[in-house]
Amino acid sequence: MRTLTYQQAAAEAITQSMVKDHRVFLIGEGVDNVTGVYGHVLPAFEKFGPQRVIDTPLSENGLTGFCIGAALDGLRPVLIHQRNDFMLLAMDQMMNQAAKLRFVSGGKHSIPLTVLSFVARKQGEGAQHSQSLQTVFSSFPGLKVCMPSNAHDVKGMILTAIDDDDPTIILEHRSLFEETRNVPVKPFESPQSACIERSGNNLTIVGLSAELIAIREAAGQLESCGISTEVIDVRWLRPLDVNTIFHSVQKTGRLLVVDPSWQMYGMSSEIIASICERQPDLLKVPPRRICLPDVPCPASHYLMEQYFPGTSDIVRAAMDMMAT
Amino acid sequence: MTQSDHPSQIANEDPHGHYYVDPEVAHSLYFQLLRIRRFEEELTRLCTSGDIKMPLHLSIGQEGVAVGVMSALRTTDKIVSNHRCHGHYLAKGGDMKKAMAELFGKATGCSRGRGGSMHLFDDEAGVVCSMPVVGASIAMGVGIALSTRIKQEGKVTISFFGDGAVEEGIFWESLNFASVFNLPIVFVCENNFYATHSPILKRQPSEIIFPRVEPHGIKVYHTDGNDVVEVHKTALQAVEHARSGQPAFIEATTYRLKEHWGGGEDWHLGYRSRQELDHWKEKDPLLKARSYLMEETLEQIDSLEANIQVEIEMALEFAIQSQAPTKNELV
Repeated sequence: MRTLTYQQAAAEAITQSMVKDHRVFLIGEGVDNVTGVYGHVLPAFEKFGPQRVIDTPLSENGLTGFCIGAALDGLRPVLIHQRNDFMLLAMDQMMNQAAKLRFVSGGKHSIPLTVLSFVARKQGEGAQHSQSLQTVFSSFPGLKVCMPSNAHDVKGMILTAIDDDDPTIILEHRSLFEETRNVPVKPFESPQSACIERSGNNLTIVGLSAELIAIREAAGQLESCGISTEVIDVRWLRPLDVNTIFHSVQKTGRLLVVDPSWQMYGMSSEIIASICERQPDLLKVPPRRICLPDVPCPASHYLMEQYFPGTSDIVRAAMDMMAT
Repeated sequence: MTQSDHPSQIANEDPHGHYYVDPEVAHSLYFQLLRIRRFEEELTRLCTSGDIKMPLHLSIGQEGVAVGVMSALRTTDKIVSNHRCHGHYLAKGGDMKKAMAELFGKATGCSRGRGGSMHLFDDEAGVVCSMPVVGASIAMGVGIALSTRIKQEGKVTISFFGDGAVEEGIFWESLNFASVFNLPIVFVCENNFYATHSPILKRQPSEIIFPRVEPHGIKVYHTDGNDVVEVHKTALQAVEHARSGQPAFIEATTYRLKEHWGGGEDWHLGYRSRQELDHWKEKDPLLKARSYLMEETLEQIDSLEANIQVEIEMALEFAIQSQAPTKNELV
């Protein structure tokens, strides 16, 4: 096994998926430019050229429709948006069309479309360039949504998403690009379930995507205070693996959810409601959640420091929950 | 017969400039028009009786475009349609029984009861999908054309839509992409001058659309959608152009004789005058197509009607006898 960064592992997954299956092609705005979408598609472009790595006009909704048509005709498109914020322009094609085509064809049509996009948390980029929209996309039955949090998973999950015959949205977080792991050389699939990253007995912390960075740090700090945390990486929002979270809370009795997006109608709402309705007396203390403030992302770096949750917020919440 | 692998030139001018239409093909086109018309008329009765419990966007009055375009296609060519898809579906060779069963909400329908009237499809016939959100399927047609070009299959794709769809952004995204990527697609706009109840001049700067499409580098055609022979001639040219690897656009003027959805007439609502409706009834595509049947006897036309009636009755029987889907099948 060798060590790769998240970004290298993603690029490898993309290239391997195209080697494995000639029907897979990449398409999107600027996919063949010199940076190759943060380096992700450069190896594929060098290997396969513009026939299979297709640069396009600025037409997010149209592009999604073109990909749906191509998928209906037997190809397996991977549509790349450089920022997930732009995916809102494609909501009709993703949610009214792709997500519903299997159903309205009585199960006959599959749409093996993969939409690959990116979440950014960069200084000064502001309201329309800093969103993490996985919850919005997960609101609709008929498609799958996932967010890998480490270099090993990003390879497996990209390959799994491309292999899936249903439309699948995969959001990578740019804050994770330099994260390294051992990554298998050969292609491999990743189960569409949550992952227990760290075993513990006192408290279950559930997180997604880049929140795992702060959660991992917090778990280490809490360990040195004698608090044993079980860390769960949700990985897939649709399908949502409530079982893994439930069994953990059965053990610990304490649930803290760290959500990379806003609180209202978010991932934390769904997880907490699912656990409580199954067995409310599981919880020794009320569940808690750490989410973004209920405003768009500010541009000023001073305000950004107040905006995104950090390790100390998680540690403080955990210690509060243990003290009760 | 809907299409052959080698659609023939059916209309020629003789040395005196008179129109000659091959009698067999004129007969076939008339049959196709009549078949759609009688099917749609049966649906209006079933709506009134309450047997069909879903809104129907009928093709009555617009059949000339569907039949004329499809007669220029090969069976392996593909189409996508919208909420007003019955005519396209039948003209392309879609299974009538499966359509009727779908309208009855039965498990034997083409979508097992899940799609309904606005989502008719038949993969074997090349009716890939019908999607009612206005403009959505135009882009899917472009995607199918992209795919067939990548696979070098020599197929042509048709996207059917109305004048209302031209206002949606995705229409222009589709034209742009098809032009830049040299796609084998024909965009067919059935301009019936209304989007639900709203007349075209309230929504667009002109009631003629194709001049605004031409600057995209797309070959444009304008045809009388209610003259099935004219549509066929135009479609032959447009389809040949697309098969050579360049997109085309056909604007076919036509008229919706019934209300937007449902089997009634709605001139009383006042957004369309009785006068206008009567004018277009005189231009009914069936009447014009009949005028090409110079050698038909009444008997031959009667037997067409009888054959169609039998087919419709069999489809109705199939739908009535079929099982309804159960709750277990829902998820």
